[in-house]
Amino acid sequence: MAQSILKEFTKGLWEQVPPFRLVLGLCPILAVSKNIENAIGMGVACTFVFAFSNLLVSMMRNIIPSKVRIAAYIIIIATFVTVVELVMQAYTYPLFLKLGIFIPLIVVNCIALGRAEAFASKNPPLASVADGLGMGIGYTISLIVLGALRESLGNGTLMGHQVFGPDFLPFKFMLEAPGAFVCLGLVLCIMNLFGKK
Amino acid sequence: MREMINMVVVLTILSAFSGGLLAAVRTGTKDRIEQQVLKFQKAPAIKQILSDVSNDPLQDRFKMMDNQQELTFFVGKHDGKPDAVIFETKGKGFGGDIGVMVGVNIETDKIIGVAVTTHSETPGLGSRAKDDPKFVSQFAGMAMDKNFATKKDGGDIDAMSGATVTSKGVCIAAKQAQDIYTRLKPEIQKQIAQMAN
Repeated sequence: MAQSILKEFTKGLWEQVPPFRLVLGLCPILAVSKNIENAIGMGVACTFVFAFSNLLVSMMRNIIPSKVRIAAYIIIIATFVTVVELVMQAYTYPLFLKLGIFIPLIVVNCIALGRAEAFASKNPPLASVADGLGMGIGYTISLIVLGALRESLGNGTLMGHQVFGPDFLPFKFMLEAPGAFVCLGLVLCIMNLFGKK
Repeated sequence: MREMINMVVVLTILSAFSGGLLAAVRTGTKDRIEQQVLKFQKAPAIKQILSDVSNDPLQDRFKMMDNQQELTFFVGKHDGKPDAVIFETKGKGFGGDIGVMVGVNIETDKIIGVAVTTHSETPGLGSRAKDDPKFVSQFAGMAMDKNFATKKDGGDIDAMSGATVTSKGVCIAAKQAQDIYTRLKPEIQKQIAQMAN
């Protein structure tokens, strides 16, 4: 039992890490991975939403009529997203301003709905929370990796600190949307190189 | 039939629960969010306009209704005498609403200064309205009965090159402030007189 829960948790970290393996949730990952700070904020918000919406969906999986299940999932997910939004506004206001529209857009993030439909609606609560947490943390790590790559190359900084010395000419392209696609593609390519079964 | 009732009941209960939770979170975070908005959005703009006041305008504020819209007025004191009032209006810019703080000297009816609080204008072009004080400094010292419009529209303000729409947006906000000030001046004076005692 404990082992299977651990497995549900760790599969989100590598085997099925959302943006690279499932290739889901790309819109926010392209938009907010400009620097590490944004990436961490977005990742934490997503993890919270995934874990709690999975928990609730799983607890209600026998009550929700199958015909309206998507509507029910959206209500659950949207509720938690709004909670996150309000809490971020109250406690980390500058970060909230930077992430802007991408916080409410977690509602339509494919990962949240996808995990609710594909996993939480068929599995017991504990395993669902593990799945949500794993997916969320995997997503956070992916965001941080992309964020680090783009921030260091595009701005010459990491978490706001200079890393390459004063002579470094920032490769601004990396901060634009096309740079995000290129970065994502390269990381995907490297991951496939190592993890292809 | 049973199935339909079931669907309605489940969705209703779920929505009610969600609404209740959100209402609770909102009430819990409301005051803090208001403070954060004041601290991170309004305070820098107010400081930019009123750098030499002897009080804290964030503390000395009052609210007033104008056309069913609640406005917050911040009062600045020079040598203990309240003679400046600042409030925020909005104008339509290139990427959405531009929030503009307008500071007025109530004794001379002249503008003390104008500063941008929030905007979603193009970085490097429209964003200069906030980052580069040159544009907004044109408003400083202008009398309240002047025509706040760009020169192209027959006013006295030099538009920023490459950011015509943004310049217009700021002018619209300033004009709105002009209207509000003219309309509410007696009441503003009454409120401020109370504050002086």
